[in-house]
Amino acid sequence: MALPPPDPQFVLRGTSAAVHTLHFSCGGQEPDVPILFSGSENGFIHVWNLKTHRVDTALDGHGRKSVYCVETMGDKTRLLSQGRDQRICLWDLAEGRTAVTDSVFTENVGFCRCSLLTVAQGRWLMAMAAKALEEVQVLELPSKTSVCTLKPEAGAKLGMPMCLKLWQLSSGSQPLLLAGYEDGSVVLWNLSMGKPLSQLACHQEPVMSLDFDSEKTKGISGSSEKVLSIWSLNEQQNLQVYKTHNLVNAGISDITIRPDKKIVATAGWDHRIRIFGWKKLKPLAVLDYHTATVHCVSFSNHKNPRERLLAAGSKDHRISIWSIYTQT
Amino acid sequence: SAMAAPELERALREAAAGPERAGEAAAVALGAVRAALAAAGGAAALSERERALFGAFLRSLARAPRAARPEGVWQRCFLEGLPAPALCVLLEALGCPRLHPKEVAEVLEQFLQEGRMSALLWEVCQQPAQAGSPELQEALLNRIVCLPDYVSNKLEGKNPPVFFPQNYFPLLGGAIIQVLQKISDSLRGGLDCSISFVSHVLGKVCIHGRQKEILGILLPRLMDLTKSDCIWQRICWRLVECVPDRWMEAVVLGFVQRAPGADVLSRVLGNLVVKNKKAQFVVTQKVLLLQYGHTTAVLQNLLGYLALDSLRRASLSSLLQVLQELLETWSSSSAVKHSPPEQQQYISKAILICLSHLKKTEIESCRQELLTSMMEGVKCHLDSSLPQIRRLGMIVAESISAKINTDGPVLKYSALLLPSPNFPSQDFVPCVSRARWETTAEVILCHSVQAARTNSCLHFTYSDDDLIPYDMSEDKEVKIKAPVYIRDCIEALTGSEDMDKWEATIKALESLVRKNPEATREVSVELAKILLHLEEKTCIEGFVELRQRAQVAVLTTDPIPVAKYLTSQFYSLNYSLRQRMDILDVLVLAAQELSYPKSHGKTKHSGGPKPCIQLLPGSDSSKDWRRIVDERIKSKTRRFSQMELASGANEFNSVAGHFFFPLIQHFDRPLTTFDLLGEDHFVLGRLVHTLAVLMYLAVNTVAVAAMGKALLEFVWALRFHTDLYVRQGLLSCISSLLISVPAERLLEDMTEELLETQSWLGDVVEKDPDGDCRRLALQNLLFMENLKKKLQTAPS
Repeated sequence: MALPPPDPQFVLRGTSAAVHTLHFSCGGQEPDVPILFSGSENGFIHVWNLKTHRVDTALDGHGRKSVYCVETMGDKTRLLSQGRDQRICLWDLAEGRTAVTDSVFTENVGFCRCSLLTVAQGRWLMAMAAKALEEVQVLELPSKTSVCTLKPEAGAKLGMPMCLKLWQLSSGSQPLLLAGYEDGSVVLWNLSMGKPLSQLACHQEPVMSLDFDSEKTKGISGSSEKVLSIWSLNEQQNLQVYKTHNLVNAGISDITIRPDKKIVATAGWDHRIRIFGWKKLKPLAVLDYHTATVHCVSFSNHKNPRERLLAAGSKDHRISIWSIYTQT
Repeated sequence: SAMAAPELERALREAAAGPERAGEAAAVALGAVRAALAAAGGAAALSERERALFGAFLRSLARAPRAARPEGVWQRCFLEGLPAPALCVLLEALGCPRLHPKEVAEVLEQFLQEGRMSALLWEVCQQPAQAGSPELQEALLNRIVCLPDYVSNKLEGKNPPVFFPQNYFPLLGGAIIQVLQKISDSLRGGLDCSISFVSHVLGKVCIHGRQKEILGILLPRLMDLTKSDCIWQRICWRLVECVPDRWMEAVVLGFVQRAPGADVLSRVLGNLVVKNKKAQFVVTQKVLLLQYGHTTAVLQNLLGYLALDSLRRASLSSLLQVLQELLETWSSSSAVKHSPPEQQQYISKAILICLSHLKKTEIESCRQELLTSMMEGVKCHLDSSLPQIRRLGMIVAESISAKINTDGPVLKYSALLLPSPNFPSQDFVPCVSRARWETTAEVILCHSVQAARTNSCLHFTYSDDDLIPYDMSEDKEVKIKAPVYIRDCIEALTGSEDMDKWEATIKALESLVRKNPEATREVSVELAKILLHLEEKTCIEGFVELRQRAQVAVLTTDPIPVAKYLTSQFYSLNYSLRQRMDILDVLVLAAQELSYPKSHGKTKHSGGPKPCIQLLPGSDSSKDWRRIVDERIKSKTRRFSQMELASGANEFNSVAGHFFFPLIQHFDRPLTTFDLLGEDHFVLGRLVHTLAVLMYLAVNTVAVAAMGKALLEFVWALRFHTDLYVRQGLLSCISSLLISVPAERLLEDMTEELLETQSWLGDVVEKDPDGDCRRLALQNLLFMENLKKKLQTAPS
C-alpha cells in the first residue's frame, strides 16, 4: 500500500491575517540563515527565520492593505512587494534597514501579481497589470523606464490580465511574456514588437495562475474550474494544449513548478496542496493540512537539494512548511 | 279425442271414486286410466273438464291407503299425466299422513329427472289460457321456484341432493332451454306461443338470488344459439322483455355480471334499455350512480353495451347522457365531500370508460359542457383532504382534457403528484438501499486492493520517473465544515450568504442541538423561530426532514418555552398552511420522543417507528410482512437472558399540558387569514389527529384527566363536521381518550359527556358514509363496553 501523505515539517503561526504570498531566500552561504518572506492581508510583510521559525522583522509599507506579491531582487537585501494600495515597493533590507527606497504607482485595481526577470547584473524587467483594464506594462528596474505596453487588439475581449510570467529561452535572448486573462486564454507576447505571438484558450473561467518551464517550453495553468491545463510552445512559437488533468475539487489559486523541474505544486480552494510529477503530471500527493483556501505555494532555492522546502500560505493565517520529494 | 273422452272420463271417475278398493281392483282401475290417457293422445289434448277430473283423481290417489296404490303403477300416474297438477298434488302430499314423505320425494325426483318440468313449462307456454287463471299460474310459479325450500322444510333437511338449490336450479335452467328450443321449433313452424311464463320463472329465480345457478346454464347456451340465428335472438330478447318490472333489475344485473363481453350482452339483451323503462333506470342510473360495488368488468360490459348500437346511442339512455350524469356527480362538491371514496373511484372509472367509447363527433357536440364539468370537478377534488380523492380528480381531469383538446394544450399534472397506486412503501426502501450499499462498498474495496497491486507492479516494471505517489485515497470532494457552536448556526442560517455553509449548518444542526442542551436552552425560542421560518434556499436532499428533526431536537431540549412559542404561532396571523402543519408535526414527534423511556440519558432517534399522522387509512402490507418476519425470528430464537426493559422518567409528564391546551383553545376563532372551521378544514383535520396523538402519549401523566375532559368537549363541538378526515381524527381522539384516561376517572368525572359520546358513536356506526369512520366508531363502542365490564368485575 502507498504511504500516507506526510505531515508538515513545521508550521509558521502569527501573521494574524490570511497569507497571500510567499517567497524563499535560502541560496546564501553559511552563516546566512534561510529566510521566508510572507505577505498577508493586513498589509504586513513578515520575514521568517527558518532556523528559529520566528519572525525576524515585520515590514509595514502598504498602508495596511493586502500584500499579494513578494520577490527578492538578487539577494535577500533587496525586496519587491506589491499591495492592494496599488503600489509596488522596492525595499532595502541590508544591515537591518527596513526602508522603502522606491515605489511604482500601478493604478491597477486588480490583484494580478507582477512578474520579475533578471536581464543583467542589477537590471530587471518587471511586467505588471496597467491602469487600463486590459493592458500589461513592462518596466525596467530600478530605472522605472517603460519598456512597452501590451495592448490586446481591439475586439479581442480577453478581459483583465490575471497572472503574468516573464521568461527568456536562455540568458541574453529575447524576453517574452506569458499572460493569463480573464476569459480563460493564455497569450504569449513579444515584448520588443509589443504584439501577441500566440493565443490559446485554456479554460472556460479566468486563469488564476500559471507557471512555465522554459527548458521544456511547457507550461501549466489553473482556474476556478476543476481542471488543470498543460500546454506547450512549439518551434513556431505557437501555444498548443498538451493535456488536461481533472481535479477532485474546483479552484486553483496558485501553481509553482519546482526550480529543478521535477514536481509541481498547486494551491487549492479545497484547502489542499497537490503535488504532481512535472513530466507527465502524475498525481503524487495530496497534502491536507489547512482549514481554509490555500492562497499560495512556493519552493525554496536551497543549494542542497535535500534541504529544499515547500511552503503554502492559507486563508487560515498559517504557513505550512513541507519537505517532500527531496531525495531526487 | 272426442271418441276417447268419455272413456277417459269414466276411467277417471271410477278410479277417483273407489279409494277403498284394494289389490287387483286398484291396479285394474289405474291401468284403465293410463290406457285411456294414452288413447286420448297425451295430456296436451285434454279438455278443461278432463283436466279438473285428472287433478281430482291424482289427489284421491295421494290420499288412498297403501293397498289401493299398487306399487310401480301409481307413481306412473304422476309421471305420465298432466305435469302441472302432478307437481301440485305431489307437493301437497308431502304433508299428507297417508303417504310417506320419502315416497313422495322419490316420485318428485323422478319427475325432475324425466324432464317433466320442461313438459310443464311447455304446456303453460302452449296454452296459457288453459293453464288456469293468473292466480293459478302465480301459484304454480311459486311452487316451481320455491320447490327446494318447500321440500327441504317438509323433509326436515333429509332431502335428496337433487333438491339442493345448487342442483335444482341448473336443472330448471336446462328445462328452460328445452322449452325455448320447442318454442323456436314451433315459431319456425308458424305457430305462435307465449314465452311470458318462462320469463316469470326466470325473473323470480333471479330475485330469489339464484342468478348464478340458473344463468350459469342459460347464458352459455343462449350465447351459442344467438350467434347467428335471428329467431333465437328474438326469443332471447322477448324472454328478457317479458320479465315483470319488479324482477327486471335482478335479471338484467345477472346478465350484465355474467356476460363475457359487451357484444354478448348486446346480443342477448337487444334494445332492452330503449324499450323498457325499468331496465333503462337500472342500467343508466342505479348501477352507475347509486351502487358502487360492481367490478370494473361489469362497468365495461354495461357501458360497452350502451355504446354498441346506434339506436341505443341515439336514445335518451345514450352514452353521452350517461356521461353527463356521471360528470354531474363527479363535479358536485357535495358528492365529493359526502360520498365514500370507493364510490368516487367507481364513478371515475365509469367516466374513463365512457370517454373511451365516445366518438369524435359526439365529443365535439358537448365539448363546452365537458370543459365546464371538468373545471368544477377538478376544483372540488383538489380541495379534498384525502390524497386519493385529489389523485382521482387529477387522473379524470387529465383524461377529459386529453379527449377534448385533441390539438390544443392538454392538462398535465406532474408525475410527482401522481404516484402510481402500487408505490412501494417507505419501509421497504432502507432494506434495499442498505443491501446495495454493502455490495457497492465491497466492490469498491476489491477494486482498490487490485488497483494498489497493479500500481506497485507498475512501479517495479515500468516507471517513467522515480517519484512514488503517496496514498491519495482521502482526496475526496470537500464537504464544507459545519459550525460547531449553536450561536454560529443561528448566524449561518440567518445572515450568511454562503450557501455551502448554510447547507452544512442545516445538516449538522440536529446533532449539535442534542449534544449541547445547555447552550440550546439559552437560545431555544430564537432557534425555533428561525427554523419555523426557514425556507429552502438551495436544493438539499431531505431539507424538510432535516429541518423537522432540528425543530424536534430544539423542542425536546427545552420543551416548555418552545412549546409555548409554537402553539402560540399556530393561531397567529401570516403563516402558511404548510408552516402550521409543520408546527403540529413537530409537536407530535417531540411528544413521542419525550414520552419514550430513555436508557442512560441517551435518546434513540433513529430506531423506533415514526409517529406519522396517517393520511391514508388502509392496510399496509409491508408492515404485516415485517411483523410476520419478526414473529418467525422470535419463534425460532431461544433467548438465554431476559431482555432488559429500558426505564426512566416520563419526560412528557410535566409538559403534556403545555403541548395540549394552547392548541385546543382557539380553534373556533377565525383570523382573517386562517379559518379552521371554514376553508382550512385540512389543517383542522391535522389538528384533530395531533390532539389524538398527544392524548395517547399523555397516558399515565398527571394532566391526563383534564386533557380528556377538554378533548371530549372539543370532539362534541365538531362531531357533525362534513370533512371525512376531520371525523376520522375525532374518532381517533375518542380512542386515545379511552386508552389514556384511567377508567375510574372516565366514569366518575365525565359520565354525562361519555353517554353523549356513546350515542353519537352509535349514530356514526349506522349512518356515516365512510367505512373507516364506521369501523372506528364501532371499535370505540366495543372499547367502552369492555371498560364498563372491567369496572363492574373489578372489586371496588
